[in-house]
Amino acid sequence: MKRILSDLYKNRVWLLMVLPGTIWLLLFSYLPMFGQVLAFKKFRIDPDGFFASVMNSEWVGFDNFKYLFSTNDAWIITRNTILYNLVFIILGLVTAVATAILLSELINKRLSKVYQTSILFPHFISWVIGSYFVFTFLSTEHGLLNHILGWLHVDPISWYSESKYWPFILVFMSMWKGVGYGSIVYLASIVGIDRTYYEAAMIDGASKWKQIKHVTLPMLKPLMIILTIMNIGRIFNSDFGLFYQVPRDSGALYGVTNVIDTFVYRGLMNLGDIGMSTAAGLYQSAVGFILVIITNYIVRKVDEESALF
Amino acid sequence: MPKLEQTQSTLLISKPVEEIKEGKPKVIRKKYRNPQHMHPAANAIISVLLGILAFTCIFPFIYVIIISFTSEESIVRNGFQLIPKEWSLDAYHYLWGMKESFFRSYGVTIFITIIGTIISVFMITFYAYAISRPQFKYRRFFTFLAFFTMLFSGGLVPTYIVVTQFLHLKNSVWALILPLAMNAFYIIIMRTFFLKSVSESILESARIDGASEWRIFFQIIFPLSLPGIATIALFSTLGYWNDWFTALLYIDNPNLVPLQALLMKIEANLEFMRKNMDVAIMQTSLFDTIPQESAKMAMVVIATLPIAVSYPFFQKYFISGLTIGGVKE
Repeated sequence: MKRILSDLYKNRVWLLMVLPGTIWLLLFSYLPMFGQVLAFKKFRIDPDGFFASVMNSEWVGFDNFKYLFSTNDAWIITRNTILYNLVFIILGLVTAVATAILLSELINKRLSKVYQTSILFPHFISWVIGSYFVFTFLSTEHGLLNHILGWLHVDPISWYSESKYWPFILVFMSMWKGVGYGSIVYLASIVGIDRTYYEAAMIDGASKWKQIKHVTLPMLKPLMIILTIMNIGRIFNSDFGLFYQVPRDSGALYGVTNVIDTFVYRGLMNLGDIGMSTAAGLYQSAVGFILVIITNYIVRKVDEESALF
Repeated sequence: MPKLEQTQSTLLISKPVEEIKEGKPKVIRKKYRNPQHMHPAANAIISVLLGILAFTCIFPFIYVIIISFTSEESIVRNGFQLIPKEWSLDAYHYLWGMKESFFRSYGVTIFITIIGTIISVFMITFYAYAISRPQFKYRRFFTFLAFFTMLFSGGLVPTYIVVTQFLHLKNSVWALILPLAMNAFYIIIMRTFFLKSVSESILESARIDGASEWRIFFQIIFPLSLPGIATIALFSTLGYWNDWFTALLYIDNPNLVPLQALLMKIEANLEFMRKNMDVAIMQTSLFDTIPQESAKMAMVVIATLPIAVSYPFFQKYFISGLTIGGVKE
């Protein structure tokens, strides 16, 4: 006991440094984790405060989950989340790597810098602003796309109520926002490749295309694998703003825009169904946790250096 | 003698061949391509392709600026045009008319951005520095405490209940600041940065000179780690400036709505008004005078402009942040 106290005293400076952060973590991360038990309870607010509310709420076992999975919603949101993320991962990888290689090959380096700056712009913009950007194109009455359709003598399309276009729009917007960031990550890696590899390849008569195929891409491969595996680990999480702001929360589009995150949000704020939305959230956290553990295990096998833990 | 083109690239060879014909000096320059470069035609094609991509990324913003300067009449008649029939400053005049609520939102955003960034930079650097020190006996425990939150999240609903019913932060400005103040990912990045950039020998000599750990932190570590701290501060600033989600969850009080959430709310209000327009014909006459579409776009412009003009300058810190370090030990 005495030793523990003297240890604590010896480390007092460091403990004081981690104190604010620890309090934050306990309040904003660990307390909510404990709150996940509400997924197995029927939440009732108790006048004695938060802990009393959580503790005194009645246990209902797996009822919330049964209710969640008995609806069609659970299937739709899981399908949407996974399919969108799969497309984002694959297309995101291709566009980011391709853009990075092209940027690195441009002869005019100043032009390349200007391009990089422009491509990165969407990354710094919130999805609220992004949804306005989309609106200028898709607005039924005033939008640019319907304007162009008018020239072509095609009837205007009510974009915000036609769900069949939205998978493409969402994928496009995700790429639009993400390609800059992704390509700069890969560009940083390309810049770090030893130039002598290329010189050796040229002496052997390799064309530019062959150099890319046999030097650049193999050198990027580890990074590509790691980032992809990490993204797969997060496949159950989605970008809330993209799926909520960009379709302007349009009910007609829920079939193709509802993902787990938006479902949980609407369950909480619109329906006030705390039990079911907590259950959906726990489903997401738990599957996400398992996926991260599995993917990290795979990363360790592929390249131990890159594993998260 | 005519000046030859100088090129910086060492590999680019230009071979001047001077021939004298009929007493006139004539320069025939045969330019060899840098063998590391692409064929000029390929380069041209790629320049155009990337140019299109770059343009696609910034075009919406330019388009929004154009719309914000279009007269409402022109929008109603011709839609959002690339080159409007009629330019107008009405939208900005109109916003000036609502300046109270608008400036208040701007003020809220600036306040939470500044205070939030300061709080999060201090919390994150303290925490990260402590867990990067080998002298700290419990560093493994505290590293895990932060790291585990990256693996398993508390989820939206429990967080919402904790913030509103345990911390009672609903409709408080702290609800906009505290939930975003820490991020395990930034802690791990900063810890890697400290492990890489702070050498134990400097600290030892400072300790021998009798400096306390706090003095070491503020007088040695802080200045030394400024690049890393700048990156974290930048991430944090962007996070606060662009945040609308916490406002969506926790703020109903119109006096506390940050800029991004105001944009979202105005949209909802205008939609609501528009939907009810047919019923309430009384309002239609009113609507002719309100530049609603262009005013929305003007707000988007004003909300985006600070980022659009400043990010080319802080971009390099952002990119260095990407390379600062893997998440690993």
